[in-house]
Amino acid sequence: MILLAEFESPKVEYATISPLLIVVGAAILGVLVEAFVPRAWRYPVQVGVAALGLLIALADTVRVGLALDTLDAGLLARGSLAVENSMVVDGPTVFLWGTLLVMSLISVLLFAERRLEGGLTSFAGQAAALPGTDAEREASTRGIEHTEVFPLLLFAVTGMLLFPASNDLLLMFVALEVLSLPLYLLCGLARRRRLLSQEAAMKYFLLGAFSSAFFLYGVALIYGFAGSFELADIDAAVSASSGANAYLLGGIGLMAVGLLFKVGAAPFHAWTPDVYQGAPTAVTAFMAACTKIAAFGALMRVFYVAFGGASWDWRPLMWVVAILTMVVGSVIAITQTDVKRMLAYSSIAHAGFVLVGFAGVYAGTGDVVGVTSVSSVLFYLAAYGFSTIGAFAIITLVRDAGGETTALSRWAGLGREAPVLAGTFAFFLLAFAGIPLTSGFIGKWAVFAAAWAGGAWPLVVVAVVMSAVAAFFYVRVIVAMFFSDPVDIKPAVAVPSILTTGVITVTALATVALGVVPGPVLDLAQQAGAFVR
Amino acid sequence: MNGYIPILVLGAIAFAFAVFSVAISGLTGPKRYNRARLDSYECGIEPTPQPVGGGRFPVKYFITAMLFIVFDIEIIFLFPYAVAFDSLGLFGMVEMMLFILAIFVVYAYVWRRGGLEWD
Repeated sequence: MILLAEFESPKVEYATISPLLIVVGAAILGVLVEAFVPRAWRYPVQVGVAALGLLIALADTVRVGLALDTLDAGLLARGSLAVENSMVVDGPTVFLWGTLLVMSLISVLLFAERRLEGGLTSFAGQAAALPGTDAEREASTRGIEHTEVFPLLLFAVTGMLLFPASNDLLLMFVALEVLSLPLYLLCGLARRRRLLSQEAAMKYFLLGAFSSAFFLYGVALIYGFAGSFELADIDAAVSASSGANAYLLGGIGLMAVGLLFKVGAAPFHAWTPDVYQGAPTAVTAFMAACTKIAAFGALMRVFYVAFGGASWDWRPLMWVVAILTMVVGSVIAITQTDVKRMLAYSSIAHAGFVLVGFAGVYAGTGDVVGVTSVSSVLFYLAAYGFSTIGAFAIITLVRDAGGETTALSRWAGLGREAPVLAGTFAFFLLAFAGIPLTSGFIGKWAVFAAAWAGGAWPLVVVAVVMSAVAAFFYVRVIVAMFFSDPVDIKPAVAVPSILTTGVITVTALATVALGVVPGPVLDLAQQAGAFVR
Repeated sequence: MNGYIPILVLGAIAFAFAVFSVAISGLTGPKRYNRARLDSYECGIEPTPQPVGGGRFPVKYFITAMLFIVFDIEIIFLFPYAVAFDSLGLFGMVEMMLFILAIFVVYAYVWRRGGLEWD
């Protein structure tokens, strides 16, 4: 017998979670626009709705960040639980929200680029038309576009904002699905090389669904162990238990599989190269930057807050995964002959470097002001996100008759053809390699310092060696671009509209700024402090 | 264990009934085969022709089924809300209206895009 009187209407802190609501509202508005605005007007209206929605959400995030309550001055924890303890808005959440919104705003500009495909976006005219059929040609000649990509992006951003902010494993699973499903669709929407793109979407969907199932099974085991989905309750149960518990260990392991898959860490990285290569490059840029940010945020929250007491059990696991990820990413990248695949392996290696920081010292206390895992990972993700979007934006510009030219051999001599473009790309590669005066150097230094402070010095040694290996293949591309003779059929460098130019300029400037004067952003990451539980 | 015996008995009856129905219809039913009888069963409607030479595959049934599932899920959430209607008060009313509105937006999109037209 259920007592109906027990039901009480829950308290929802609308003012605290408003950035999320603004983005989902803009996404629903985008669906309405798709239904009722005439075809000719859809593109400008959709771009406007998406950009404006993200901008307002960003401004609102700043407001939320300034209004955070100080909870624990010693641990620098600020923030509060919201929506009946199922969400938490704290320092790291707000930093991740801000980073995600900035990155997705930049991605919207890349999505909106229309000059490269002769007045159309780089997404399939009619996704339902089979490749190579009359229906496809007709959609192409009639100039049909899928402006649904903008609401899809906003829905994905909604899931990404919710993912690291959820304080409840069930809500976290919902967020994982909300962020994944639009991404699966977006991956299959390329205008050129559609079979490759659809293959990428299929692989991503199947493997993603598989990893989600792992995550969900892990959640179920953890519920069996702790009797609650809330992270603080799980933490209490972990602290109260003594000795190894099969449910807890199994749950930690299975949830780690789900989260590390999204992050793209070895041995769960196999989807990354195929999906990054097949997806439309704008989507790849968005995915590489934003999915990583959201997934690392969630990874840190689950493992530090819920499983913090069992860190002796999961730390060895993370060490192995971090080493494996760095080695696999850096070594296999050397053999790649495709620029997009090479950047995909590079993103795997970067996931490994972030995991090095993750394995470090969790959060400093008030009197010891050092680099902590949380702040170093947050900074690294922001720095890496900017450089990644910039690098992929440049890939959209190197083209021939068949679309983008991603074969590395065709990039030879690009430095003579387009010195500024090749120079900027070289700069992004140097940032990936972690050369001083770029954001990559500060990011690497921060995660290594956090790992060193946490006693994970073997990880730091491996990471430094692997940085050197990674530098080899970055430099190889630079050498090919500047110091080798061009091939017979040279790729043309397309002149983009202000959108892509703006994206490349902003991301390059951000990469310089974070490298030369990292202080403000590093301070922001430091002030984000610890996770609220 | 005793509490589960009725469930087991119910399950056994259901199983026996299924086996009995299939067996008895094969034994006693008339056997007048024609083309329509041998076609695949699709809710009594003329089956969709298969595409010749790998053309576009009609997805009418798929869309209809998906739209039905969305309504199904909406109802699943509305039932518990209806039971707790009084205790949730105005808050529940507003939240449920937002939920229904979000689904309504989806149907507006499907309608405008011709998803509700059969041909």
